[in-house]
Amino acid sequence: MPSHDVMPNMELYQPVQVEDALEIADRLAERGWLVGGGQDTYGWLKDRAKSVDALIDLSGIESLRGIRETADGVEIGALTTLTEIASSDVLKSSYSLLTDAASVVASPQIRNIGTLGGNVSQDVRCWYYRRGLSCYRAGGNLCYADTPQGMNREHALFDASRCVAAGASDTAPALVALDASMVIRNGGGERVVAAEDFFVGPANDIVNTTVLRPGDILTAVRIPNTWAGATFYWEKVADRNVWDFSLVNIAAAFRVSDGTITDSRIVAGAVQTTPRRLGNVEAAIRGQAKNLQTAESVMTMATEGARTLAHNGFKVPLMQNLVKRAIAA
Amino acid sequence: MTTHIGHDFTPPCVPGKVTGEIKYAEDYKREGMVFARILTSPLPAGRVVNIDASEALRMDGVVGIITADDLPPVAPPGNPALASEYVTYVGQPILAVAATSEEIAESALDRIRVDFERRDFVTDPLESLTPGGKNCYPDGNVLVRSNRTGEDGVTTRVAEIQDIKWPQSAVDAIRAGQEPVGGEFTTEWAFGDLDAGFAEAAAIVEEPFVTIGYPHHSLEARTGMAYWENGKCYFHGSSQSQSANNAGLARMLGIDLADLVFINEATGGGFGSKIGPYPFMAITGYFSRILNRPVQLRITREQEFYIGSARSGMQGWIKIGVKEDGKVSAVDLVIVNDGGATGGGSGNSSAQHVTVAYQPETMRYRGISVYTNTTPRGAQRGPGQNEMAAVLAPMTDKAARAVGVDRVAFRRLNGLRSDGFQGGNQSPVTSSFIAEALDQGARMFDYAAKDAQPKDLGNSKVRGVGVGLGYHGAGGRGYDGLVRITPDGRLHVHSGVGNLGTYSYAGTSRVAAEVLQMPWDNTDIQRGRSDRHLPHSSGQGGSNTIFTHSRANYVASMDLLNKLKEIAAMDLGGSADDYEIGGERVYRSDDSATGMTYAQAAQRAIQLGGRFSGEEYPDDLNDLTKLAVQGVAGTGLVGSARDNIPGQGQPPGNVVGFCEIELDKDTGKIEILDYASVADCGTVVHPKNFDNSMRGGMVWGVGLTNLERHVYDPQNGLPANTGIYQSKPPTNMDVPVDTQHGAVNIPDPQNPMGGRGIGEPTQGAMAAALASAISDALEGHLFNSAPTTTDMIIDHLAGNDYSTKSLKTNTF
Repeated sequence: MPSHDVMPNMELYQPVQVEDALEIADRLAERGWLVGGGQDTYGWLKDRAKSVDALIDLSGIESLRGIRETADGVEIGALTTLTEIASSDVLKSSYSLLTDAASVVASPQIRNIGTLGGNVSQDVRCWYYRRGLSCYRAGGNLCYADTPQGMNREHALFDASRCVAAGASDTAPALVALDASMVIRNGGGERVVAAEDFFVGPANDIVNTTVLRPGDILTAVRIPNTWAGATFYWEKVADRNVWDFSLVNIAAAFRVSDGTITDSRIVAGAVQTTPRRLGNVEAAIRGQAKNLQTAESVMTMATEGARTLAHNGFKVPLMQNLVKRAIAA
Repeated sequence: MTTHIGHDFTPPCVPGKVTGEIKYAEDYKREGMVFARILTSPLPAGRVVNIDASEALRMDGVVGIITADDLPPVAPPGNPALASEYVTYVGQPILAVAATSEEIAESALDRIRVDFERRDFVTDPLESLTPGGKNCYPDGNVLVRSNRTGEDGVTTRVAEIQDIKWPQSAVDAIRAGQEPVGGEFTTEWAFGDLDAGFAEAAAIVEEPFVTIGYPHHSLEARTGMAYWENGKCYFHGSSQSQSANNAGLARMLGIDLADLVFINEATGGGFGSKIGPYPFMAITGYFSRILNRPVQLRITREQEFYIGSARSGMQGWIKIGVKEDGKVSAVDLVIVNDGGATGGGSGNSSAQHVTVAYQPETMRYRGISVYTNTTPRGAQRGPGQNEMAAVLAPMTDKAARAVGVDRVAFRRLNGLRSDGFQGGNQSPVTSSFIAEALDQGARMFDYAAKDAQPKDLGNSKVRGVGVGLGYHGAGGRGYDGLVRITPDGRLHVHSGVGNLGTYSYAGTSRVAAEVLQMPWDNTDIQRGRSDRHLPHSSGQGGSNTIFTHSRANYVASMDLLNKLKEIAAMDLGGSADDYEIGGERVYRSDDSATGMTYAQAAQRAIQLGGRFSGEEYPDDLNDLTKLAVQGVAGTGLVGSARDNIPGQGQPPGNVVGFCEIELDKDTGKIEILDYASVADCGTVVHPKNFDNSMRGGMVWGVGLTNLERHVYDPQNGLPANTGIYQSKPPTNMDVPVDTQHGAVNIPDPQNPMGGRGIGEPTQGAMAAALASAISDALEGHLFNSAPTTTDMIIDHLAGNDYSTKSLKTNTF
């Protein structure tokens, strides 16, 4: 078993215009790999668990950076670092749900280099898959984690379909809760996809975790002002307080009037491949007081349909408790 | 009044570590050097059938490969540098390939085909003990050490692999948390009348426990670089120790002690995994000799997980009898160790911790260490003692509560005292002041007030207060010292102590300056490479260096001091007893004007020769020290001696910890609000470094009790968490920023400088105190597991079946 820690030989493209990057991505298609901060990329490639012919380094494209206020919200360039997002006054003032989530991704060093585009596009963190085993997601015909003896403490509670890997992004649930949309360009033009539809579960696509396809570049994330300044709740529970992935996280936005919840978007992360929006809970609390009593009355609804594996049963009470805290806070 | 001992100073290697100028093994390059990388096993068990490296060897830049066939054969239970016939864990090195660049070497690895024959494997020691259970090795599953007397009447200690199975009922029993009646053990000892001890107990606590192994993950992977010149091997290695490597590494390479230059200026952590030469050093040394080129074998982070050793896990059962007054009357202890692919467990050391914590009137220990097809296991900071401390602390609290005794008072009553004993043979100690440490710690922590606070903090938060004890044997005897004053008047302390990050090489060198009343600025420490003439030294493990080498440097310095006086008497009249020292001079006690400087004495020693300048030396010096003295002979006034200071018993290193936490019942998360610890380590030699040790150990104690563990998939023998982030050592955000610590600071009577070691129990104290606090926060619930992770706490609080399931294996 080779154990590598240097990059394999490959071509490197470093475009400085998004148009050039699109042309290269289109030309290379499956043979190319887009890289921003590289915090997901380099592990895959150095481990030789995935291989490509060429890297397309987007980090020189300035137009993909920055946080811009727009007429109906904000637009965040996909190459904006997580540190820039976490420290943005514009975002903190109106969309603190996202800054709270971005501020606890991984570690300060990773946030300094990791980008929003990379954070939402990162692959799942199943250790079997990352090891390069030939599982369903890697093109094989079995799942190593979904067995009675599989080591699946971090894996999914919901929406498993052959693959039981959980999503790893902390910003993804926040963006879904904020009703964000993703701006995607390719050689054919631009399309805008709701964050909720951007992420794809294994039942629909066993290989990809987003709608991005070869030739596509995620250029920006738009957050509408629909939920600007709402009552937000973010919490991440991980074993360690830094440099760790969520065991479960919760991102919630509430509209509250006189103590009554008039609307909400509640999204859990790390419980399935995609951010899990808790529509049944949202419906149940609409018109209810935002307090502990309401929270306790609906918390178990959050995990309806959960299918636990051998070692991830703890995620059920943890998810319920986080939903409770979000509503009661 | 001391000049150096007990005072802060800057060890000479610190500026280089801060600026990055100091060199680690990987930083050394040599003209013509080639880069070697290893190919490791993808299988947990099997044997190599064929290696086809032809395609790799045809690549431009590839200069060769090395396999097990190129190394001296190593049969089980030895741990081979390169495996062939016995592949016993995923990640085990099979071969190395060398090339003119790292990139070429890595590419070459992908072009080598290795054909394996698979064998059965096992990751759970209890499964291996089950009738019909699989074995790690074809010949068995248990490492057995025994004494064997040959035909010549000479008794030697031998280690061999045997096949031991338990009755199914015994396996079922220990899985269910009960005494495994009928199980066979390989280590057993007892003292006192066990039945009588339990009979007089007012309360009995009977609990199962499991501790999970985890990797050392030394920050500096064990990269090595070697080259040969004129028959000598120059080896740049990464070791905790310096001189302790020479004899073993020379044997490994098949050369004379005098033909090895071991170079190791600084080491980025070892934690027990680099105490002496490790098998993989052979790859570098032999490969360099075969290729006749300098070879750097760089170990990747993932490979460091595989070959960098790990703490062994254990599953056990304990029964504790406590008398009405709180005195522990009897202990019965069973431990099944997970010894990984190297088979060694720390059960006996765990039992030793119990003897120190309880001083039971009677005790029985039964242990067995089982091979599993997981990474090699070895000593890791307080091996056995610290993980036992973590699971024992909540049980101790339960025992105290059972007889209505305060938890601290219980520990005070039962803990080791100077007239007490440690271990199954009830051996004496040099001194011990656990009770005094508890008193001091309780005051520092304000234990009584904190323990009386309300537990419920509202908003799902509960408070827990814990107390714990860390212990490890902390010193050895019989090593050598070598000091020298040169005609320029400078003192040279030749230290064979390694630079593993504890700075004990510098702390113990201060002893020589203290004895000779030499300003520190005029003192040089000769260290870092064996051709600087370094004496025989203990390995820098087992918290022993402060005690061991302050004594060794003391006796060598006293030898030099006596020679100073002899020379002065010879030249200035009178007897040596008429002289004293001060101001870098030796002078008559009754006439300070009559004397000579150290520089003059050194020059005079060269003229006198013989024992004064190192041409002659004591016969009882170690061979390595003799080589070192020969190397400096004629350069000045030389002091050398073996530590023959009389005395008996082992010095203990004791630390008590007090911990206050806030536990969130919704999330299972713990926040450490306060931690105070007090060491009983004799005289504190270097206060600043004492602080560092207390803090560093505290951090890793959090890892042991709350975060770190091996995760192996029993289906395929694959480890899940090979990276540092996956292994989850604590970060700065997981531990308190401000902690309190102190020392009893009562000198140990068997060290002229008063010090004992403190490295290992610092971790055990926090591990125990935190486990005690978690239990306290949860109304005395016993997880009986180290670590107790977030998911376990949530499962317990949610009533999930964690707490009622049979014991988990010690890989998850």
